[in-house]
Amino acid sequence: MSFKNIKPQTRSTILTYAIVIVAFIAVTVLDAAGFISNSLSGQLVPICAYVCLAVSLNLVVGVSGELSLGHAGFMSVGAFTGVIVAGCLTRLGLESELLLFVASAIVGALAAGVIGFLVGIPVMRLRGDYLAIVTLAFGEIIKNLLNNFYIGVDDAGLHFSMQDTASLGMQQGTILINGPKGAVGIDKVSTFVIGIVLVLITVAIVLNLMHSRDGRAIMAVRDNRIAAESVGINVTKYRLIAFTVASALAGAAGVLYAMNYSTITPSQFDFNQSILILVYVVLGGMGNIWGSIISAAFLTVLPELLRPINDYRMLIYAVVLILVMVVPHLKIYQRAADALRSRFSKATPAVAAEGGEADE
Amino acid sequence: MEVLANLINGMSLGSVYAIIALGYTMVYGIAKMLNFAHGDVIMVGAYICFCAVSYLGIPVIAAVLLSIVGCTVLGIVVERLAYKPLREAPSLNVLITAIGVSYFLQNAALIIMGSDPKSFSSIISLPALQLFDGRLTISATAVLTIAACMIIMVALTLFTGKTKMGKAMRACSEDRDAAQLMGINVNSTISMVFAIGSGLAAIAGVLMCAAYPTLMPTTGSMPGIKAFTAAVLGGIGSIPGAALGGVLLGIIEIFARAYIGTQLADAVVFAVLIVMLLIRPAGLLGKNVSEKV
Repeated sequence: MSFKNIKPQTRSTILTYAIVIVAFIAVTVLDAAGFISNSLSGQLVPICAYVCLAVSLNLVVGVSGELSLGHAGFMSVGAFTGVIVAGCLTRLGLESELLLFVASAIVGALAAGVIGFLVGIPVMRLRGDYLAIVTLAFGEIIKNLLNNFYIGVDDAGLHFSMQDTASLGMQQGTILINGPKGAVGIDKVSTFVIGIVLVLITVAIVLNLMHSRDGRAIMAVRDNRIAAESVGINVTKYRLIAFTVASALAGAAGVLYAMNYSTITPSQFDFNQSILILVYVVLGGMGNIWGSIISAAFLTVLPELLRPINDYRMLIYAVVLILVMVVPHLKIYQRAADALRSRFSKATPAVAAEGGEADE
Repeated sequence: MEVLANLINGMSLGSVYAIIALGYTMVYGIAKMLNFAHGDVIMVGAYICFCAVSYLGIPVIAAVLLSIVGCTVLGIVVERLAYKPLREAPSLNVLITAIGVSYFLQNAALIIMGSDPKSFSSIISLPALQLFDGRLTISATAVLTIAACMIIMVALTLFTGKTKMGKAMRACSEDRDAAQLMGINVNSTISMVFAIGSGLAAIAGVLMCAAYPTLMPTTGSMPGIKAFTAAVLGGIGSIPGAALGGVLLGIIEIFARAYIGTQLADAVVFAVLIVMLLIRPAGLLGKNVSEKV
């Protein structure tokens, strides 16, 4: 069977996995050859984390069609839960870094999933911009609460307080979370390989969900809620499934992100972080998984590439963002695109098949 | 007495939110877009006023006028360059563009003015009001802020209700296509709304920095988000709703700060919003529009 005979859906799935694996091989080879600068190799794990976040947010924004502005909140739930789990396990004497990460990631994902589910129940009653502002509000609330959490561990177990470290009442334990100062002394166990594996797992979960019966129901709700409801699809249930799964995946990505640094603070996971992830999703194309992967990777690297013009790099980033959004809608561009298309009219059907499938 | 003082502080802060929220809500009503750059226009307005007073030595009133004019022009230019090409685009694209504009304004301010906070030494030099034998002190800034909010509120209501331009705005927000068929110039109406909204943001910026005198490139973002919350709380698209939502949010925030703790004040504000939206999904004064099939 030749590549052309495969169903477009399967082809796009294969392409998505191929992108990740090829990128992994390319980066590993380049790194071994010494082509990757220090600052860039420090970005590898965050890139993986952002790819996971973008793919999971795409499940909410692209596949389920809800604008969520609080994704960083779920990321932080995962990150801080993961740090606590890792702290406890280290204290219990677990030495394997891989096991430490896997356990933290699973618990972090579960915690974020549970929070996502609980947040989702009220949120899913709302629609459109109201839903967006409530997810924003939840993200800010999570950040604010984490700013007030003090958690430590000693031989007697976990200690929790909302005042200060002194009221934890510990003699010689380790303080895991220190209010606004965040989590300190994290074991840096995240590696690029772990990151890539997590990306593959995230992509697999999202793609499998999208191509399942549940996924088709979620997309039906997105395309026409009323029609979907009238054929017996439980709208709230399917929106909630997408939201909860996305939250759990964001939690796992949060663990990956946190364990790449020795310190993280709750204020890192603010509204701007959520917006950043949303930008990846929209630029990559909503509902398009490999688009999210490429745009998340590219946009994380872009400020790094612009480092020589340090002062102006965020300004240029902003201009690029505006231009990417505005230019396709300018009349001059549309005319030029039409002219090009009619010139290469033979190529048109192939292009339509590529892009048409991911469109709404 | 402490409760009363908090109430007045809350109303003063709430009036600032209300003025910003008015800009948000008008733009949303007519252009159906969340203008995330609105908060940064506040910052620009405050910087213009700051520079005019401290570097050029212009009298305060002239500086405020200059900042209003500057922000109005900025609003129109941003609308023309960034939002107008996207009239027919999906709303998420417009949202991302607005975020881009927000980043742009913040970073431009960072390059021009530097990241160090500027101390916006009080530009309102009137004596504070003493009531009940000096047991209650109301700062002149608070009085002025509340008064400004009320004047703006009344003026806007009259403007949208009585004038031809105002009626055109309401028509556009009701049904843009029908308004166009009736001979209303939709593009210039939308520009007008952006101009008014940005002018209001300049006033809000000056008033906010008179009360909380530190000015940074990121000064506008949090009040922007809170004002957006206020607009939603009051029912987005509704002018009285925005004013009511803003004042309520300010009062809740100040009381939460005083009685629950500074750290958790923001969480309380957002929690109130969530509870509110669950009870009345369209906001306090918003209309609940049922979907047509």
